[in-house]
Amino acid sequence: MTMKDVLSPTALSLYHELLETLGPEALKKMLLTMHTIRAFEERAEQLYAEGRVHGTMHLSIGQEATAVGASSAMIRSSGDAGDYLLNHHRGHGHCLAWGSSVDKMMAEFMGKETGYCRGRGGSMHIADVDSNNLGANGIVAGGVPIAVGVGLSIKMRGTSQVCLVIFGDGAANEGAFHEALNMASIWKLPIIFLCENNQYAMSMPYPKAFNIEKISQRAAGYGIHGETVDGNDVLAVYKAVSEAAQRARNGEGPSLIESITYRYKGHSKSDKQAYRTREEVQDWRDNRDPIMRFNALLVRTGVITEAEGEGMREQAVEIIDRAVAFSEASPDPDLKMIMDGVYA
Amino acid sequence: MRELSYAEALREGLRQMMETDPSIFLIGEDIGVYGGAFGVTAGLIDQFGGQRVIDTPISEAGIAGACIGAALTGMRPVGEIQFMDFVTLSMEQLVLQAAKVRFMFGGKAKVPMVLRMPGGSGTGAAAQHSESLENWFVHVPGLKVVMPATPYDAKGLLISAIYDDNPVIFVEHKLLYKTKGDVPEKPYRIPLSQTHVVRQGQHVTVIATSIMVTRALAAADALAKEGIELEIIDPRTLKPLDDAPIIESVKKTGRALIVHEAVEIGGFGGEIAARIAGSEAFDYLEAPIRRLAGLDIPIPYNRELERNTVPQIENIIHEARKLAQTAY
Repeated sequence: MTMKDVLSPTALSLYHELLETLGPEALKKMLLTMHTIRAFEERAEQLYAEGRVHGTMHLSIGQEATAVGASSAMIRSSGDAGDYLLNHHRGHGHCLAWGSSVDKMMAEFMGKETGYCRGRGGSMHIADVDSNNLGANGIVAGGVPIAVGVGLSIKMRGTSQVCLVIFGDGAANEGAFHEALNMASIWKLPIIFLCENNQYAMSMPYPKAFNIEKISQRAAGYGIHGETVDGNDVLAVYKAVSEAAQRARNGEGPSLIESITYRYKGHSKSDKQAYRTREEVQDWRDNRDPIMRFNALLVRTGVITEAEGEGMREQAVEIIDRAVAFSEASPDPDLKMIMDGVYA
Repeated sequence: MRELSYAEALREGLRQMMETDPSIFLIGEDIGVYGGAFGVTAGLIDQFGGQRVIDTPISEAGIAGACIGAALTGMRPVGEIQFMDFVTLSMEQLVLQAAKVRFMFGGKAKVPMVLRMPGGSGTGAAAQHSESLENWFVHVPGLKVVMPATPYDAKGLLISAIYDDNPVIFVEHKLLYKTKGDVPEKPYRIPLSQTHVVRQGQHVTVIATSIMVTRALAAADALAKEGIELEIIDPRTLKPLDDAPIIESVKKTGRALIVHEAVEIGGFGGEIAARIAGSEAFDYLEAPIRRLAGLDIPIPYNRELERNTVPQIENIIHEARKLAQTAY
């Protein structure tokens, strides 16, 4: 099946603007990562349906551009050389985009000792402290105040790091969001507050939860930079986050970026999706799908051929196949170690 | 030895650690030029500046979050919650984040932070500024809970808490801030999870926390005149609890009285009682284990109502005497 030739309205101009910075290899890698995220999520859903994993999961299918665009704009390394990531419960994509090992992520999802968190965290709590990924958070807005501490620490240690914290539209209505954005602003901390507005806080639609047109308008209330971008255009997200990172490194303080996107799947495994229509979901899939759009852009600009685009999808599925095989061959955590890791 | 107040001992501990370790910083409401609501951080901003003695907006969740994020990335923050009651506004960050990230991440992260907060009644501050909520934190895996009763313990335990790689809830008591005691000038550490036998006696074991240690000691002086010798035990660290000295003591005396200011039901005394009853000390008990704790009401404003809500010296004397005279 070939993908539709639909571009985001700003794709071509962004492509020409960013080509020099990113280059064809980086663009191809971004597309492959988006495919990998989708393949990971589709397999996660399948494994759950087959009863091969337990628990729950929050799938980010449809939101791949935000994860990849944002991560690509950050310095992903360890220690003082790298930026920091904090993200949320719908976080598989963010971790994969940050460069996490697909094997260790899948192993964690399957509750194995070889997973990032040795099977203690699961889908909602994947972290890779060694690569400055400070973890996904199961509490809405839970990571937002923590970002303030990371920002303070960066400032006190005098490094040029930046903290990227990703949260959803629901989090923007938590009290912690207010406290954190204000503190980050008054102390000019190097933080990017990236709000992934996927239109629904579980079942609560955006217009019922907000009486403002854009969440980014709230930035004005904190005296910080705010902007809303097309979150299904990977280059638009990349550009906004790159600029925010640059401002942060220049000592200009935090930014609030709202990324408009959409989740195709339910909130979690038990969602019957009574709050939206099939037509609405289909419309996003047909006309604004981030992978379809980015693939079309790269084909049109000659970065890849159509066949290469198709090949990437297959390549992603193979990556996931290997990760599942790795996970299934991995041991479960040792029951004798159940008390391990509570205290340092 | 040189005497310091409890507040001065805490301040000296903070100052000495900050002088030697740039990763330590203070963060809280009005801790800068104001010096903290109870004066613990007075003058520290002059020495270390506003970058390391950070005044925050009234944002308790933000303070807790700032400590967690900084601790995860190489710092050793010491936060202050102005009154322990206000920690209710930080609970999500403490219970769901600070306590859990290490375990949740498979033991691969650490959160070396201290959150100081004054609990307790006796200042006429009424229901929302007088609570003793320590046992809430005892119930959360991943947190440590420390409650010093003397200036000496305050300094030594604070230094240990700062250098512990886990989140430590450090509960001070408002009425103790001005109490004086011997405090060595040189920095020293009192290990966490080391229960202290404060006074030896053979008739009744009194397990007390925070200001109740002071009151129990006064009760012991009074009862000694009647020939009743109390053995006073201060756990100092409520979690993880070192219960061995408690069990040893009860084996010796056969009688246990647990005294704390927090409300009795669901309080720490229940845990102590259960540890005693579930241990070899059970066979040595010569009377039922007794608890003396706060009434199950919010702290009232009126001076006499307030005084009668939590255990006082005379209540401890009465209970301990009764217990000394009780036998199965």
